[in-house]
Amino acid sequence: MNKFLKWFASDSFIVSLAAIVMGLLLGAIVMMIGGYNPITAYGALLSKVFGDWYGFGEALREMTPLVLTGLAVAFAFRAGMFNIGAEGQVLMGMTGASLVGIKITGLPALIHAPLAIIAGALFGGLWAALAGYIKAKRGVNEVITTIMLNWTALFLCNYIVRTFLLVPGNQRSVDIQPSASISIEWLSQMMGNARVHWGILLALLASTFFYYFLWKTKQGFELRAVGSNPEAARYAGINVNKNIVKAMFISGVFAGLAGAFETLGVFHYQSVYASLPGYGFNGIAVALLGMTHPFGVLAGAGLFGTLTYGSAGMSFEAGVPPEIIQIVIGSIIFFIAAQGIVRFILKPVYKRKKEKVL
Amino acid sequence: MAAATPVVELKQITKRFPGIVANDSISIQLQKGEIHALLGENGAGKSTLMNILFGLYQPDEGHVEVNGQTVAIDTPNKAIELGIGMVHQHFKLVQSFTVTENIILGMEPSKGGIQIDYKTATKKVKEISDQYGFHIDPNAKIEDISVGMQQRVEILKTLYRGANILIFDEPTAVLTPQEISELIEIMRKLVAEGKSIILITHKLKEIMSVSDTVTIIRRGKVVDTVKTSETSPLVLAEKMVGRNVSFKVDKKPAEPGETVIEVKDVSLKNKEGISLLNEMSFNVRRGEIVGVAGVDGNGQTQIIEALSGLRKIDSGSIKLSGKEIANHTPRQISESGVGHIPEDRHKHGLVLDFSVSENMVLESYYKKPYTQRGFLNFRAINELATRLVKSFDVRTPSIQTKARSLSGGNQQKAIIAREINKNPDFLIAAQPTRGLDVGAIEFVQTQLIQQRDQGKAVLLVSFELDEILNVSDRIIVVYEGKVIGEVRPEETNDQELGLMMAGSRQGGIANE
Amino acid sequence: MDSLLIFGNLLNTTLVFATALIFAALGGLFSERSGVVNIGIEGLMVFGAFAAAVGTHYAEKAGMEGASPWVGLLTAIVVGVLGSLIHAVATITFKADQTISGVVINFLATGITLYLVKLLFDGAGETPLLLHRLAKLNFPDFASIPVIGPILGTGILNSYPTTFIALILVFVTYYVLNKTKFGLRLRSVGEHPSAADTMGINVNRMRYIGVMLSGALAGLGGATITLTTTGLFSHTTISGQGFIAIAALIFGKWNPLGIMGAALFFGFSQAIRNYVQLFAWSSNIPQDFILMLPYVLTVIVLVVAIGKSRAPAALGEAYDPSKR
Repeated sequence: MNKFLKWFASDSFIVSLAAIVMGLLLGAIVMMIGGYNPITAYGALLSKVFGDWYGFGEALREMTPLVLTGLAVAFAFRAGMFNIGAEGQVLMGMTGASLVGIKITGLPALIHAPLAIIAGALFGGLWAALAGYIKAKRGVNEVITTIMLNWTALFLCNYIVRTFLLVPGNQRSVDIQPSASISIEWLSQMMGNARVHWGILLALLASTFFYYFLWKTKQGFELRAVGSNPEAARYAGINVNKNIVKAMFISGVFAGLAGAFETLGVFHYQSVYASLPGYGFNGIAVALLGMTHPFGVLAGAGLFGTLTYGSAGMSFEAGVPPEIIQIVIGSIIFFIAAQGIVRFILKPVYKRKKEKVL
Repeated sequence: MAAATPVVELKQITKRFPGIVANDSISIQLQKGEIHALLGENGAGKSTLMNILFGLYQPDEGHVEVNGQTVAIDTPNKAIELGIGMVHQHFKLVQSFTVTENIILGMEPSKGGIQIDYKTATKKVKEISDQYGFHIDPNAKIEDISVGMQQRVEILKTLYRGANILIFDEPTAVLTPQEISELIEIMRKLVAEGKSIILITHKLKEIMSVSDTVTIIRRGKVVDTVKTSETSPLVLAEKMVGRNVSFKVDKKPAEPGETVIEVKDVSLKNKEGISLLNEMSFNVRRGEIVGVAGVDGNGQTQIIEALSGLRKIDSGSIKLSGKEIANHTPRQISESGVGHIPEDRHKHGLVLDFSVSENMVLESYYKKPYTQRGFLNFRAINELATRLVKSFDVRTPSIQTKARSLSGGNQQKAIIAREINKNPDFLIAAQPTRGLDVGAIEFVQTQLIQQRDQGKAVLLVSFELDEILNVSDRIIVVYEGKVIGEVRPEETNDQELGLMMAGSRQGGIANE
Repeated sequence: MDSLLIFGNLLNTTLVFATALIFAALGGLFSERSGVVNIGIEGLMVFGAFAAAVGTHYAEKAGMEGASPWVGLLTAIVVGVLGSLIHAVATITFKADQTISGVVINFLATGITLYLVKLLFDGAGETPLLLHRLAKLNFPDFASIPVIGPILGTGILNSYPTTFIALILVFVTYYVLNKTKFGLRLRSVGEHPSAADTMGINVNRMRYIGVMLSGALAGLGGATITLTTTGLFSHTTISGQGFIAIAALIFGKWNPLGIMGAALFFGFSQAIRNYVQLFAWSSNIPQDFILMLPYVLTVIVLVVAIGKSRAPAALGEAYDPSKR
């Protein structure tokens, strides 16, 4: 318990909290410049999320892919890589889940749904592993390859949907088999038809897996060593290339799961996308908000999801453009990254704290 | 001699960093035309003091006088203006730039203030180079020239800026004996031309041969200032360390047993096809330390990498107790009984953001009992770390402390603890004492000798000739990727070794 | 259509796509050669594209007619510099992680610009369609010459003025970087900041200049897309060009001429998808594969052709004098 309290008093916690407050304040100032009332706006935002069960359920739905893409980016980060490609890995995950969810018939739900999830996870994982493999074998920076693979995935997935799964005349696939759905019908009905699904729970499990795998297992030890100092890892006999591919694969599995859950739990079909839908880029923001720690990612996704889902209410009730939320999130990350600024502003507070000690 | 105004006078300089007083009321006078040595161990505060003189740090107390005038040196620019130049220990050279570009940087001759006038620049560089006999190619890229030449570029940088007070920070650390004597020639020439020199070093031999005055610093304080002619190396050493020291490493004669490692005709080329190892052959037996002497870049790094599996060889064989290990993976080699203390602690030896305890199992984390059923067993890991920290005297607040926050000496002790704990038949020690203070150096060398006495084969690669001579039982000299000679430490001296290292003389059994 | 003319048109479209990439990648070059990673190029292009639309729109309102796009270009430069200052302050003064700061720029850019669009244009999602865009230069005399007419006239000369500005800038950048005092100092700061510092060069100031130049040039790159292609600013005006510009920077080995080559390559692979359908043999290729082409080609080229590409030695490290 003592440890818990200490953590709340810790420097990084205070700085993160201050960064969030400063981001929200900055958002408020920008709203006032635009002639809006920030109190009404934030109030509307909160009531959209916490006002009723439907809003809360939908906010949870919104957070789920954020948690998973956040974990994807954070995991690669811990292994020393910057995965900008969660975007494409999500799309691949959707496609894998759609293919299995639509094309395979006659399976009981207990087998069909997990199979579709696994397919999505594998599609995402392998797509990411491709970037890892290219980095390991040819030394090509993963930042560029993952960017390029995002666009490649977009068009490849569109092609698959168009060619094999299309509802003729529409820009979407046919629905998945009911046996592949992971929606929780009874809970959904209790929450005013909010699209809640088992993926929400699995996302929580995924972050726990992340934590145990990275810090408690042999393989996690290797990945962290490679991420922190690849040369020393190589000297210690660790196969760096294998770990790069492995780290990207696991990272992609997280992202692939995000995609699979969107298809199997939320939409029950797959759209043809005109441009990149943005899941992966949001995941970068969430990972940074969560300081690339799995439990931080949960908190970051909670914050991000609340703000983005609530922004619709803010826009509807207070007429504030929802883009303001991007400014808020951007500045929160900015303040967390540039802690110097926060410390600079918090200086008077710190001083007083020190004086007290003396 | 009495009333001459010193060219530089540091008066009661104090500089504090969080947790330590790096300089504690230090006063030093530099007379015109003298070489004034600043002697002290690593961390004694010499570099801090010189960084203050060069305007990189500001003193908390005290002030600096140049030619009798109190001056505030707040930037390197100001120091340069005052005629102070610094030859840094870690050269401040842009590798991808040419010699001329490095020299003129920040003071470029130009046409109309915009375009660099390379013709004038090159001419001027050539002029100064010729004046002091530097023999340097102004258009060569830094990455293509030898370390000795790079140092000359550093000196040229200060001369180009008209410096008449030169600070040399550990200038001989990376030079061969021949390069050292050339450097000493250059320093004498500079002084003869009216320049004054401050020489920072911890090497007594250089001080005795080149300096006029010595100031000894220990733990941030001036211990004494003496005329070089009125002192001896032993006196200086004791003042520097603060206790009695012996120069000779204490060891029994070696009793070598059967061959542990046998390197035969090992060759390898880099990507560009340049030969880095050229049929290198040698062996190391049980119970002996073989020292590898050679100028940096003559294949030392590559043979170590080949021996530890970090690099593939093109041809030849490497046998460990009769079994071929060439081109095995680092893990296989490590498991077959090879320990490796790498040259670069920070880059290769430790994961600095890992705890001391995690670093202790960096090579054995996957074995029982440290991993059980795929999960790390922290109790076993911590037990091991606690034991090693204790028996190797690694000073750390806790085994959970990040390796980054340990001192260099303690980081090295941690690595040695890890490698020795593997109980290897063959131990490779690359530059094991670089950058350590006297106490840590003694510790490391004693450990190596103990390993030898326990019947291990030890390969010692070092650029410190004294270390090679004192610690090894047998010395092999490498030149251009080949072993060109073998000598016994008691039958040679650093002059002979230096000539062999320069490739100009072959010795020992290589002549057979 | 005559195949030479097709080729001319293909060349022309290549130049249109390449222009924005050249500007943006040259921007990235100035920042990265000074040692500051700038993954925020995408966001800076967004700022530029937005500012160009707004600047041109208000210039039109003020009755400046055909000169309006040029006002737009200038506005884009100014706004691009302002945006880049966020990156500079965070990474240089406050030593924030350069990659993270770049991501933030991308985030802020879309947020701020779309918010402002709504404020300025009564809640609209995009700026009004511009009446004036940049006009292509016209050399009618050349078109009639056989063989070289379609290529030189239609292909190259008949382009937007920004294309020529971009190509000239490539050589100007080469000159500045390699022949001038400023260039030598900028590179020294990116390679070995502490060496530069001891030579009396103000490391942080050089890096501020490098980052601000990247803002100006990326802004210009974004502006060309508004002023030559889309004619308005919306959330889709810039969609990934900034990232492709970064790819061009790396692929071009942080070198102006290499960047030009890489940008032309990317421009070509984007342009070719408009033309490949003109050929009979391509009719069986699904449209999605043609859309995919530039990205797949890039990956393949990187895998096959990457040689010794050397990033500036101190790229990504904040300069901390106490750690020298």
